[in-house]
Amino acid sequence: MNGKIKKASRHVNQNEGLIFEKSSPGKRAFELPPLDVPAAEPAKALGAHHRKEGVEGFPEVSEIEVLRHFTRLSTWNHAIDLGMYPLGSCTMKYNPRVNEFVARLEGIATEHPYQPQELSQGCLKILRLLEKCLLEITGMDAITLQPAAGAQGELTGLLLIRAYLQKQGNPRKKVLIPDSAHGTNPATAVIAGYDVENIKSESHGQVDVEGLRRLVTEDVAALMITNPSTLGIFEQRLPEIAEILHAKGALLYMDGANMNALAGITRPGDLGVDVMHLNLHKTFSTPHGGGGPGAGPVAMRKILEPFRPVPILVEKENGRLALEPIRPDSIGRVKAFSSNFGVLVRALAYILAYGPGVRQATEDAVINANYIRKHLEGVYELPYSLPSMHEVVFSDAIQKKNGVNTMDIAKRLIDYGFHPYTTAFPLIVPGALMIEPTESESREECDLFIDAMKAIAEEAATQPEIVKAAPHTTRVRRLDEVGAARKPVLRWKPAAPRSTAAD
Amino acid sequence: MRYLPKSPVERQEMLAAIGKKSIDELFSSIPEKYRLREALKIPGPYSEAEVIQYFKERAAENAAGYTSFLGAGVYNHLRSVVTDTIIQRGEFLTSYTPYQAEISQGTLQAIFEFQTLMCQLTGQDVANASMYDGSTATMEAVLMAERLTGRRRVLVARSVHPEYREVLKTYAKNSGLRIEEIPFTKSGTVDVNALKSALKDDVAAVAAQSPNFFGAIETYAPLAEAAHSVGAMFVVAIAEGVSLGLLRPPAEGDIVAMEAQSFGLPPSYGGPFAGVIAAREKYVRQMPGRLAGQTTDSEGHRGFVLTLATREQHIRREKATSNICTNQALCALAATVHLTLLGKEGLREMAEQNFSKAQFALAELLKIPGVRRTFDAPFFNEFTVELPRSVKIVNSHLVREKIVGPLALGTPYPELTKHALVCVTEMTPRTEIERFAGAVKRALEQPV
Amino acid sequence: MAHPKSFRYTKEHEWLDVKGDLATIGITDHAQHELGDVVFVELPKPGAKIETGKSFGTVESVKAVSEIYAPASGEVIEVNSELQNKPETINSDPHGAAWLIKVRLTNAATISDLMDAAAYEAFIAEKGKETSA
Repeated sequence: MNGKIKKASRHVNQNEGLIFEKSSPGKRAFELPPLDVPAAEPAKALGAHHRKEGVEGFPEVSEIEVLRHFTRLSTWNHAIDLGMYPLGSCTMKYNPRVNEFVARLEGIATEHPYQPQELSQGCLKILRLLEKCLLEITGMDAITLQPAAGAQGELTGLLLIRAYLQKQGNPRKKVLIPDSAHGTNPATAVIAGYDVENIKSESHGQVDVEGLRRLVTEDVAALMITNPSTLGIFEQRLPEIAEILHAKGALLYMDGANMNALAGITRPGDLGVDVMHLNLHKTFSTPHGGGGPGAGPVAMRKILEPFRPVPILVEKENGRLALEPIRPDSIGRVKAFSSNFGVLVRALAYILAYGPGVRQATEDAVINANYIRKHLEGVYELPYSLPSMHEVVFSDAIQKKNGVNTMDIAKRLIDYGFHPYTTAFPLIVPGALMIEPTESESREECDLFIDAMKAIAEEAATQPEIVKAAPHTTRVRRLDEVGAARKPVLRWKPAAPRSTAAD
Repeated sequence: MRYLPKSPVERQEMLAAIGKKSIDELFSSIPEKYRLREALKIPGPYSEAEVIQYFKERAAENAAGYTSFLGAGVYNHLRSVVTDTIIQRGEFLTSYTPYQAEISQGTLQAIFEFQTLMCQLTGQDVANASMYDGSTATMEAVLMAERLTGRRRVLVARSVHPEYREVLKTYAKNSGLRIEEIPFTKSGTVDVNALKSALKDDVAAVAAQSPNFFGAIETYAPLAEAAHSVGAMFVVAIAEGVSLGLLRPPAEGDIVAMEAQSFGLPPSYGGPFAGVIAAREKYVRQMPGRLAGQTTDSEGHRGFVLTLATREQHIRREKATSNICTNQALCALAATVHLTLLGKEGLREMAEQNFSKAQFALAELLKIPGVRRTFDAPFFNEFTVELPRSVKIVNSHLVREKIVGPLALGTPYPELTKHALVCVTEMTPRTEIERFAGAVKRALEQPV
Repeated sequence: MAHPKSFRYTKEHEWLDVKGDLATIGITDHAQHELGDVVFVELPKPGAKIETGKSFGTVESVKAVSEIYAPASGEVIEVNSELQNKPETINSDPHGAAWLIKVRLTNAATISDLMDAAAYEAFIAEKGKETSA
């Protein structure tokens, strides 16, 4: 092993089986207060509906076993609290702890979405302030906070476009999507009832404007663009792109996943974007929690406002806030109960902590990405040379010559104490290494990352086998994904235990 | 700023290393006229104490200290503090989607356990790692049935949660699905005869909820039989998961869409919650959402990975089973911790308490002159009553006594004006149930 | 692995073994090599019609899905059910035991438009040069 590894790279952690394997009848982890009403007879009242025994196979363990079980499991994870995740387009920034505190306050966590609106003014004020802040940041006219994640935001945006075009007489047939786009974009377009037409990127990885001019017809409803692109490069001709689309009555949708390069510096609304979503779990610091929850608010120009999902937050004459459930042109609801409110609370707490200074977070994010780019240029191939914003994309072309690919390098990075960067995306860069440090990384952390990447490049040249067999220091080695897909085992069953839970 | 780990000196040094003289130069690719020269007009910056102060002020403007009799898809249940202790651990809270399995085994094993618990609860073979919530899970289940049968008509019970049905309509509009509603009988459950009349071999799915929006428990067998007789799938939505501690699971269902909010997630003004889809094993490749699978590593140790990813958007793109990427992972983890704490006996006891308290509450309300039961179907922890005057007016009196009254049904169900949906859980003390009944009686006695 | 001389080949890396108007269809060794370990195969049912150039199924690895395109039109007579349980056969024996479907061809004459083994091997050699350039 390379003696130059500076970060702690091996967790001290323990083995732990499945919670079901610790179960034994009669153990309890939770007790309820005694019943203070007469016990009703379920068997009589429910008849055949009655589930006489408890849920079969449900674990029976004690409180300490539950606590230890999940604590031990947690030590097997990497996390932002432990170190950098240089994942491109994920914006893995610090999740401020005060956000967790305020989301749990009595009077915030406890509110029921159907309680009288006069008893919910606090919640509604939070929603209203968040709306205002996000509109200010995006430069748009109206917003919906309902979508539960970016993908749902994308769908909402496309449904708004569809409803708007439908109202004019023709919803149109297709949506243009760059070949560099995130997978949710084409998947969403299909759900919105559109055909997908791919548009190739030009030699700098940007949207090919001349190609676009040829493709935009009156059959095209919209172009879905990510800005900065998934290469981390600003789409300089975005205003021109908007004009081309508008001239043919089409709209411009912006995937806001990369807002961490723009917040406080420029506004998509000023650039000609008609509708966009935000990822609160990216740009606005709400925690990823192992995969979610998130929130995907959609900001839009005035023309799309009538089609917003209901209910709509309105301000009444007396200053009271209300949620109005009826709007004749609304696309309807995309989700029950209005929003991932708890996530919105966290995002607002983040915005209030920064205030107008949110610009500085953007600046630091771009400094970090460019600092890393500067030090790794020449060490890894840089396929597109335009200036990077908050993320930089390299390729494994140099290392490939020795049989080492981006996945191998990513796995070896784990031994150096980092989570891998995004591998194999965007699709237009074969063997991509997509790196986004975010503003939350100190100079020291950036230097450690650079040193690690340089060391791995050297290993790829001189001892490729050690890279190809990585990771070496993790709890488990590379896992058999082929077996898992051929014969999926997706749940525990109380059969004979596998003999492989060895230490 | 406390979240930014750079000193001014470090910023300058890093800029110099990049070869730029100012931060402005880093943004040179943005045309000058689009670069903001003024500060954003948003409040702040707030210190930590000021952030807390802001939200405490908002919290004081809500319904803290009121006793609520609302359910309707969002339920107040006991939660152990151990759940937050676990999900607040940085390794769970601030970790990423477990695509890099070697350093995400904690998350992956927990998902595997979640999937197992969901199968055990619902009586199905496989379950996914979560959808956004019960409403979108129901919608995805219906779309799944459409893919599996190749048919375009869906029959949905009108006793399914109104907002679940609204979500279904929004998504169906663009996929060419035809949604038709099946009425309920005066017992409060699905009208099986009406269902049978509507069924033809062009139906992809029959969708019902149990306990349904009125709290009434549906009988699965005749609904499943009717659906299967024309080759349609039977989709069951479950909004109140605690009911499965006392009620038989929908084993006759082909796909179950469940809301997991009742398992340790606070109401939080409507979210974040967690939906889950559970189904027969043979449908797994048409199931949306992430799946954690058990496997071994190169040294033979048990481990877990995300699997069958070819269904998902990042590989299948336009042909994906769903566009879902971010799910409700941390909420599903909270549900997993909560359910393992409750365990077999705890869940059963909790369910029994809900049942007993609801029976007690109904009995107390029926003592009030003019109050009648709407439906006679058996129920779990929610039931509907008819009041002799407007529910909204009664509720406005209750608010003055610091009680949040039951949901008025007149808006989603115009024929049920003056009917109210009452929910009682293990968290509602007897004294409060009695106080509630007393307050309703007093409200009804008020002059009009 | 050599590509059998008696087969015909398409640019999408399918092979056909034709006897009269009956054709056995599979994917080539080159294709399985590019795909990596196969985990799942989706095939049509007997009786289904396939049309030249249109996709009739998919082959999946862990990280990718490939469409299988019909090299000719016809009716599916038989489907290789073994592949449901042992998709890995596509990797180990792509030209033999891992045949995908047997088809009654609508027009056996169209087969002569397809490449023979030598032309196919030249085709993939040319492609190899392009991508590594």
